[in-house]
Amino acid sequence: MIRRNWLPLAVLAALALAPVAGFASSYETTLMARIMILAMAAVSLSFLVGGAGLASLGHAAAVGVGAYAVVVLDAQGVTEAAIVLPVAIVAAALFSLLTGAIAIRTSGVHFIMITLAFGQMAFFTASSLSAYGGDDGYTLYSRTEVAGARLLENRLAFHYIVLGALALTWAVCAMLLASRFGRVLRAARENAQRVEAIGLAPYPFRLTAYVIAGAIAGVAGVLLANATEFVSPAILSWQRSGELLFMVILGGIGRLWGAMLGAVVFVLLETWLAEITPHWRMIFGPLLVIAVLTMRNGLSGLVHRRHG
Amino acid sequence: MAEPLLRLTGLRKHYGGLAVTDGVSLDVRPGEIHAVIGPNGAGKTTLIHEITGVVLPDSGRIDFAGRDITRLSLPRRARAGLARSFQITSIVAGFSALENVALAAQARDGSSFRFFRPAASERALNDAAMAALGEVGLGDRAAVPAGALSHGEKRALELAIALATQPRLLLLDEPLAGAGPEETERLVALLTRLKARYTILLVEHDMQAVFALADRISVLVYGRVIATGSVAEIRGNAEVRAAYLGEDDA
Repeated sequence: MIRRNWLPLAVLAALALAPVAGFASSYETTLMARIMILAMAAVSLSFLVGGAGLASLGHAAAVGVGAYAVVVLDAQGVTEAAIVLPVAIVAAALFSLLTGAIAIRTSGVHFIMITLAFGQMAFFTASSLSAYGGDDGYTLYSRTEVAGARLLENRLAFHYIVLGALALTWAVCAMLLASRFGRVLRAARENAQRVEAIGLAPYPFRLTAYVIAGAIAGVAGVLLANATEFVSPAILSWQRSGELLFMVILGGIGRLWGAMLGAVVFVLLETWLAEITPHWRMIFGPLLVIAVLTMRNGLSGLVHRRHG
Repeated sequence: MAEPLLRLTGLRKHYGGLAVTDGVSLDVRPGEIHAVIGPNGAGKTTLIHEITGVVLPDSGRIDFAGRDITRLSLPRRARAGLARSFQITSIVAGFSALENVALAAQARDGSSFRFFRPAASERALNDAAMAALGEVGLGDRAAVPAGALSHGEKRALELAIALATQPRLLLLDEPLAGAGPEETERLVALLTRLKARYTILLVEHDMQAVFALADRISVLVYGRVIATGSVAEIRGNAEVRAAYLGEDDA
């Protein structure tokens, strides 16, 4: 367990130690929170893509549903986590259930296009919500409270809560993939015909996985809304879904923790390049293309090969 | 005589103007190997698709173990006890041989909606899988990735997967296809062993193997069963010789 996962464990440990090792400024913790939250969404997407073979291009929509749950409740004056979190999870899960029920009937390119279409529907719906800022977005004046306490306002507390959520996401997704449920998913990804021939219909398994991943993305959305204290439709744009998918591919599709690595590298590279030149996308894009072309199994594949 | 395990009654399937299955009726009795032979284009594959549920017949009915399964979905037929092997080997190449069979045992053993325990550590599933692997002679290949097995071993693995579902009927679609002479010999020996304990519907091109294994043979030509009978009867049937065997014997 530790030998095979030393790298992601090291990443988590580094994130745990960072604030006490001098990286505790507002800028640094904000950056780390962004990395960890996107990593969480990316790991749940990796569970779908690498585990169930469902390459969704609408995963950011589920993140957005979670974030907008915070917004809608905030507008009603509700900021208690005990309410916000379950509502966000149920909303994201329900969104995934309804869209997944249709999307999972298709496969391959059709699945990608349908998830993209649902994502865009969510995007335009959010854009038209004038009560919540429409295109301009909605500013949260306070973070979600935990049992009435303003715990999340504390930078350190927020850091460790997000870190815990990321670690939990990884553990849960890994557990699911190793279970009977996950075994059916993995087998159906490779050979659905074989799974049906032994008496199991892949559809309900895939739909369940889709809903679980959506629910996790919803939690990531709640955290993202709290991290930025601002929610706009951009959070569920298809570009964001593409970025998440890219993190998964960059990290390596075959391993859950690859997505974690992909998110770290993606966000750090993006931030660093944006600091040195305003034309950073001119460099970022080709770099990503080269990365995909040269590393067949992503970053995690690179590490795995060298260390057996 | 015992009630047949599988009974096809007047199955028909047209593709455009072409009758691919043209009123096929046949039955498989418990304990027998019933072979279906026929020249290329006779409709054997379509017939298998109809029995397994890949294709729905236009008319006619399929009864299995006393139950009408004509319109049942593919997984439901499998759960009813109909296990199959494919003409082109169908396994999960990325799984070990053991996990391939353990998955089948898992499908047999109640719900697969279990989320917490690692499936690989379930003793009962692994034991059942090892037993099935042993039955087909793959006991010492359990840990090998299925994709790395030889062709003959993959064929045997597919049989083990079928056995692990504890089927009432094995539907074998050209199990010898693509096997070399040695592999064929081994697979025929394996099928002979299985014959003692399973009811089998065998679709096969290899006449020698069919004559060695089958209790009864049905000959399918242009979507019709032109004869059903024992090996001796089929060999002596003039119509069959004309339609089919003649080409082979020449």
